[in-house]
Parts: sequence; structure tokens; C-alpha cells
Amino acid sequence: MKNPFDNLDKILEHRLRLQIVSVLVANESYDFNALKDLLDTTDGNLATHLKALEREKYLSVNKSFVERKPNTRYKITERGRTAFKKHLEAMEELIRQQKK
Amino acid sequence: MSQNESYQKDLESIRNLMERSVKFLSLSGLSGILAGVYALAGATVAYFMVHYPLSPLNYRQESMRDGDVVMKLLSIAIAVLALSLITGYLMANRKAKKQGVQVWNSTSKRLVINLAVPLITGALFILILLWNGHYGVAAPACLVFYGLALLNASANLFDEIRYLGYCEIGLGLISALLPGYGLLFWAAGFGVLHVLYGTLMYKKYDR
Repeated sequence: MKNPFDNLDKILEHRLRLQIVSVLVANESYDFNALKDLLDTTDGNLATHLKALEREKYLSVNKSFVERKPNTRYKITERGRTAFKKHLEAMEELIRQQKK
Repeated sequence: MSQNESYQKDLESIRNLMERSVKFLSLSGLSGILAGVYALAGATVAYFMVHYPLSPLNYRQESMRDGDVVMKLLSIAIAVLALSLITGYLMANRKAKKQGVQVWNSTSKRLVINLAVPLITGALFILILLWNGHYGVAAPACLVFYGLALLNASANLFDEIRYLGYCEIGLGLISALLPGYGLLFWAAGFGVLHVLYGTLMYKKYDR
């Protein structure tokens, strides 16, 4: 049988990245500042992990200006949604196995 | 901490985040109670303006024919609404500060839109009804549209709000069958139900 650890998503094993993706799965889209407030993290930290997720094409970015202030909105991609689902399933599978 | 516990903690945090990112949880139960009190006070004023000295339980017909009464009732209803909204906002603001979150965030914005669409539709519809002289169904229409608005916004609020929505809709429909008792149903729907619901929410979430 395949090792369930292999099904874990390497990108999403980082807790903050997993949290970002879970917020985006539950919502149509979310902007940078709202994410920062919700996740209670710093600009730099959040930006780094958003970049990493963007590089993997797990989310799409939309930059615009709201009242002359830059506003960056993030949306989950199909790829990101699938990865999230697989990662959750792998986590559940691991918990199940260890309970036996 | 074992690997297993760490995964369980991750799952827990995801669940919590998904809920918090969708639901606006800073609404205060106390503001619900106050909204109910305002509505009861408003209904009492309306009763003395329109029905008195008739008992509120007496069936009444066509007492609203004159435009003056309609205007008075309308202004009471608007005053109750405005007071309730202001109280709700101020108390949500206070609770949000205590929770360490912004009161005006993407969740509350979505909540306001989801509430506003059915409410404004209802308000315009009721004004059209009044304009055309269909006074008897104005109070039931308030209840029905308000119930629908709550149902529409329930995804962004505490789950329990859905049941308040169902109750308002049911009460509105019964009220439409008994046109003479509009004020009584209005007081029950906006007054008594809000006090009950607010008390439940206060006990469950605010303490």
C-alpha cells in the first residue's frame, strides 16, 4: 500500500499556508489586509507565503486601487482547491491509521 | 506532541478559521434585546395613537384610512429601525474590540449586502402597498421580508438566526390572514421574538 505521508501536500504542510488556503476555499475572495487581521500575522510573513502559494498557482492575485490605496485580492484556483482537498484527506487518513 | 495531535490541531484551526472568515460573530445578543424593547415601545405608542381606547385585542377595520395615521405609524417604524441599527452597530463595535477584530471587515460587509437586498426590496414593496391603499398587508409584509432577509444573511451569522427568520416568516403569514391585528403581530415579531432571541444569544455567546 502507498504510504499516506506521500499524499500530504509539501506546500501545505506549513501551517500558515494551510490557513491561507482554507480561508480562500471558504470565501469567494479575500484581500491582503483582511487576511492579515484574520491570521494575526505580519506583512512580511504573510507576503512570503502568499508568494509561495502564487508560485505554485494555488491562488490567483488581482491588484487594484481602492480610494488610491493599493488593494490586493486573492482567489483560490482549481489547482489550489484540489490540493487542499487532497491534503485534508491525507491528514484524515493519517489520523485514522494512527488510531488503529 | 505526537504527529497525530499536530494534524488534529491543524484540522481544528482550519475549521475555526473557515468559520470566522465567513461568519460575523461580533453581533451582540444584548442589542437584540434592546431592538425588541424599542419595537415594543414603538408599538405601545402606535397603539395609543391609533387604537386607543379600543382594546388591542379587538378586531379593527379600516382605521388607517386617513393619511395622517399612516405617516405617524411609518415614522414610528422608521424610528424603531434607526434606533435598533445604531444600537446594533455600537454594541457590535464594542464586542469586536473585545474580541480583537475589526467590526468593518470583509465578512460584515458581505453580511450588510446580504441583509440589505431583501430589506430594501421589502421597504420599497411596502411603500408601494401603502401608496395603493393596501394597509392591511403592510405589517405582515414587514415580518415576511425581514424573515427572508435574516434567512439570506444566516450564512454570515450565528446559525440560530435562521430559526428567528423562520419564525418571522411564519408570523407574517399568519398575520396576513388576520388583517385587523397587524399591530399586535408586528409587536410580537419585532418585539417579543427579538427579546427572546437576544436573551438566548446573550446567554449562549456573550457570557
